[in-house]
Amino acid sequence: MRFVLDGDVVELDNVDPNRTVLQFLREDLRRTGTKEGCAEGDCGACTVVVADVDASGLRIGARAINSCIQLLPTLDGKELLTVESLANGGSLHPAQRAMVDCHGSQCGFCTPGFVMSLFALYKNNPAPSRTEIDDALAGNLCRCTGYRSIVAAAKDMYRDAPREGDWTQVVSGGEPGRDEAERIERLKLLASDQPLCVTWKDRRFFSPKTVDELAGLVQEFPEATLLAGGTDVGLWITKQHRNLATIIYTGNVSGIQDVAVTDSCVDIGAAVSLTDAMPAILKHFPSLTELFLRFASPPIRNAGTLGGNIANGSPIGDSMPALLALDTSLVLGNGSQRRTIALDEFYKAYRETALQAGEFIERIQIPLPDENSYVRSYKVSKRFDQDISTVCAAFRLRLNNNVVEEIRLAYGGMAETPRRARRCEEALRGSEWNADTVLTASRMLAEDFTPITDMRSSAQYRGEICRNLLTRFLHETTGAETTSVYSYGR
Amino acid sequence: MVAETIAGAPGSAVPHDSSRLHVTGRATYTDDIAEPRDLLHIAVGMSERPHARVSSMDFSAVHAAQGVVDVIVADDIAGKNNCGPVVEDDPILAAGIVEYAGQALFAVAAETVEDARRAVKLAKIEYEDLPPILDIRQAIESGSFVLPSETLSRGDSRNAIESAANRLSGSVSLGGQDQFYLEGQIAMALPREGGDLFVYSSTQHPGEVQHLVAEAIGKSSKDVVVECRRMGGAFGGKESQAALIACIAGVMADRTGRSCKLRLDRDDDMIMTGKRHDFVIDYDVGFNDAGRITGIDFMFASRCGMSADLSGAINDRTMFHCDNAYFLEDVTIVSHRCKTNTVSNTAFRGFGGPQGMFAIEYVLDDIARFLNMDPLDVRYENFYGIGERDVTQYQQKVEDNIVCELVDELVETSDYRNRVQGIREFNKSNSILKRGIALTPVKFGISFTATHLNQAGALVHVYKDGTVHLNHGGTEMGQGLFTKVAQVVADELQIDIDRIKITASDTSKVPNASATAASSGSDMNGKAAQAAARKIKNRLIEFAADCFSVAEEDVSFRNNSVRIGKQKISFAELVEKAWFARVSLSATGFYRTPKINYDRSTFSGRPFFYYAYGAAVSEVIVDMLTGENRLLRVDILHDCGKSLNPAIDLGQIEGGFVQGAGWLTSEELNWNEAGELQTHAPSTYKIPTSSDVPADFRVKILESSPNAEDTIFRSKAVGEPPLMLGLSVFYALRDALANTPGGRPPLHAPATPEAILRAASSADPIDD
Repeated sequence: MRFVLDGDVVELDNVDPNRTVLQFLREDLRRTGTKEGCAEGDCGACTVVVADVDASGLRIGARAINSCIQLLPTLDGKELLTVESLANGGSLHPAQRAMVDCHGSQCGFCTPGFVMSLFALYKNNPAPSRTEIDDALAGNLCRCTGYRSIVAAAKDMYRDAPREGDWTQVVSGGEPGRDEAERIERLKLLASDQPLCVTWKDRRFFSPKTVDELAGLVQEFPEATLLAGGTDVGLWITKQHRNLATIIYTGNVSGIQDVAVTDSCVDIGAAVSLTDAMPAILKHFPSLTELFLRFASPPIRNAGTLGGNIANGSPIGDSMPALLALDTSLVLGNGSQRRTIALDEFYKAYRETALQAGEFIERIQIPLPDENSYVRSYKVSKRFDQDISTVCAAFRLRLNNNVVEEIRLAYGGMAETPRRARRCEEALRGSEWNADTVLTASRMLAEDFTPITDMRSSAQYRGEICRNLLTRFLHETTGAETTSVYSYGR
Repeated sequence: MVAETIAGAPGSAVPHDSSRLHVTGRATYTDDIAEPRDLLHIAVGMSERPHARVSSMDFSAVHAAQGVVDVIVADDIAGKNNCGPVVEDDPILAAGIVEYAGQALFAVAAETVEDARRAVKLAKIEYEDLPPILDIRQAIESGSFVLPSETLSRGDSRNAIESAANRLSGSVSLGGQDQFYLEGQIAMALPREGGDLFVYSSTQHPGEVQHLVAEAIGKSSKDVVVECRRMGGAFGGKESQAALIACIAGVMADRTGRSCKLRLDRDDDMIMTGKRHDFVIDYDVGFNDAGRITGIDFMFASRCGMSADLSGAINDRTMFHCDNAYFLEDVTIVSHRCKTNTVSNTAFRGFGGPQGMFAIEYVLDDIARFLNMDPLDVRYENFYGIGERDVTQYQQKVEDNIVCELVDELVETSDYRNRVQGIREFNKSNSILKRGIALTPVKFGISFTATHLNQAGALVHVYKDGTVHLNHGGTEMGQGLFTKVAQVVADELQIDIDRIKITASDTSKVPNASATAASSGSDMNGKAAQAAARKIKNRLIEFAADCFSVAEEDVSFRNNSVRIGKQKISFAELVEKAWFARVSLSATGFYRTPKINYDRSTFSGRPFFYYAYGAAVSEVIVDMLTGENRLLRVDILHDCGKSLNPAIDLGQIEGGFVQGAGWLTSEELNWNEAGELQTHAPSTYKIPTSSDVPADFRVKILESSPNAEDTIFRSKAVGEPPLMLGLSVFYALRDALANTPGGRPPLHAPATPEAILRAASSADPIDD
């Protein structure tokens, strides 16, 4: 495998497929600026930036990721930037300079991660709002500063006109002035349309380049771990110390990296990152904005994929309630075969899906909205950003003369899988859409769900907000007061 | 152009000394230190039961696992099996009986981190369960305490309460808090000749780590050196807790003769090490119609966990701070230090003080609701007076009281009164979204309550090129202590701060240093370093006077130069001449806090040198359908005396406030019925993020307010006090729920969305 670091091509022959980028940096390279805070992608101390030629082929895209759960072989063909890459001799990158000037570091342990998230923001957004800054920093925890000074740095880093090389110097490691084209050339030299196979002791890592290759590998190794963003699989290694003997990586499979819009649906390749999938969905369903802003953090969304979120099948995965409410279908590949299945039918039991041996999710198809439908999604958690849902709900409603013609109520966090509230839906279908009918129907939610008590909340609270979110939906579809506090204080 | 003053003078906003290292990733933390070639990595095997007798331990699979070099249990500890700082009740490795789920039971050393962590899971441990005590009420009922219960009283509170015009009683629970330092606990021990050890430890208390590691390997303090350049956050969590980690690494290094590192995984760290004490608080209060408290009884019961650790002093501080800024004339405070089969709770910023202050604020809030008054007016009614009503329940006279003027200024600048009106109007016309506001003050006592700990030492060398090596007993955990102390030395010698090298805390340079705790770091180490620098300066003055035949009064240091009579030479020139003339250019400095004197047996005297003050106004909006809420605006005015470094102090104030707000809102510790901590990673334990801090965040340092006491440059301690500013967020949330006259929403802390909804539905139905 090969990747670029500080302008040099790093070529590794003997790579443990279960090794994380962070382990490689800290233990093998003794490059210790990047820190481990949690080893589960939740604190951001390990944030690095991965750069790659974007879809246009003319620009470099730079994205922050959590190196603690990113597997090393996934860097093949990419450029890696760490906190050590930024400063060129004595000259700090604007993100670093601003952090010093604004007193944005105290203990300093989270600082390299913040610097990398700020660097990615600097590269991707020339004038961020406070909400955009908060979002860019949502995956980075600081326990010392109270964040005010870091947010100030995020504004102050744009103070001076960009110097030549504030991005260039980063990637050329000491030779400022080289332009983007040169870096693109270098990355193109690394590019290969041949599948990558890394072996180490009893472990194998395959990175197929086409859907056919992927399909072949999944059939050949039905016991293999299918790796997409790795934002959950990474924890199997760092926390459970599992030995993932065979890994098939979907990140370089062309043909499932695209978003298409047909006459009837938004058609998303399974390996499209959440970062790329979300704007495509929001274009048609803008009411999902708050949900997507609160969905994990940028480093997780940059690595994680929509297909991975669905296939992982967590009862608290945040994409599924919305996708269920929107009547999404999945195209499943199996060798040269294809079948389409409604997401409704996909979840069988706790973390058990309809995927059969040799099968994989190839595409996600979301029907385009009709003008008469209301779509809303609500997430409730202890903290607004980067938190797992206590309850996540998504609703779609079509009215005809204020009579419920069609309704889909989907919930996460209420059962062993993301699931629709079919009894409650049934009670509402055909009835007037008003406070009385909603109140009556919402009692059915207690029959639809028997939620659990865990560290996030009691079963009682889950039951209560499950009903209250339906009340909120009623308020928002009948022109009453807004009820979300999300936008306040920003 | 030559600057008129030295760079880094006290009062200037110089950046943290390590800031450029932080942002470039070059600051070295313990895990970043180059590893010796013989290094072994350790993983700790933890008890799976909250209370049990260990009936058998089978390590055959562990020994057989890849890379494993050694496995140790309690019996393998050559010296004393204890890492308890005060009472010897904290085994390094549990011996026979385990007392909490997560307690260290054995340790494995292996060639790699992965090898050690995989191997540790292969042990087969069998337990005979014993009945556990898992919560505070159960402990009180069972009489299960780590230390005797204490009572502090003044006057006749019973009579005062019973004869009062009004009386209320109540009970509230208050959650604990994980320190969540970003750098987990870590130590690396290196064998040295003759069986000595050199230990790198991420610790607030290198001296104690030295002492406990030495005892664990059966040696004495002279045989162990401990160093700490910096910690990646600590907040009290590395005051006593670091010793466990260092002792295991030390014992293993001593046994194997190889360097050994123990770095806890985040989950293990949160399960294995102590947190802020959670409390159950009962009160019974009598008050007049103006809201003035005439008598009060408090019962504080805290979850200390399985051992005493620092719980004695922590609970004492609760008793000393349940007055906050208010005069309690007739008062009885009962404090229970409960023993539970959970992790031993420990120091966390505020050290018991925040819990006491939370309690009195709850009482005042209840009084205000009961009398249908603005809580601020009830607070004013109860503030300590000046010249009257000015003696605390522990008999210390409050001599430096500025709370009233400080709050007056904040009421004005925050526009509190008008905003209250606006909020009441808003709440009348909104049924689902409700707003709330609260102003809470802070008065926090500065000094270790254990008088003997109020001492500090420093070591200063001046090299013959005129640069300086600075060392002191304090530790750097991000609070900017090293920067502040360097500012003090820069001022004393009148040289630019970049001529001073700030060096790692090291037990071989300054012995017997107290923990960097109790907010005392700058006060004590600043004075000690100043004393050391002054010794050298006086020698230089004496030498210069002699050498240039002028009076000593005619020698003065200013801005990197020394004026000697009519001549002026550079500091470096004078130093070189002094060296040539065989003048000693190295000195130690020592400081002990004056005036304090306190008798613990009667809980009376002067435990605190002075008080630090502050106040905060928070405004919130709450969604009554889910309990979710947002902080809308925060105004803070805080007293730093004459600030040594306004940039660093501002960072402490902001960070303390946000940490305090997190404690009382989103940070919830959850144990299951088996006594296992369920919230042991950032995925389940939620500290604030950037978006939780409102855009409208107005923080100001109180101006023209030098410390009345002779502290270093008349500054005040600022480490802990701002944490308690976060109380305003909790009381603003409670205000939002209190929509009916007389309603006292039973809101417990932390005020998670769930807790808010529960409080709202039981006191103040939303659809009334």
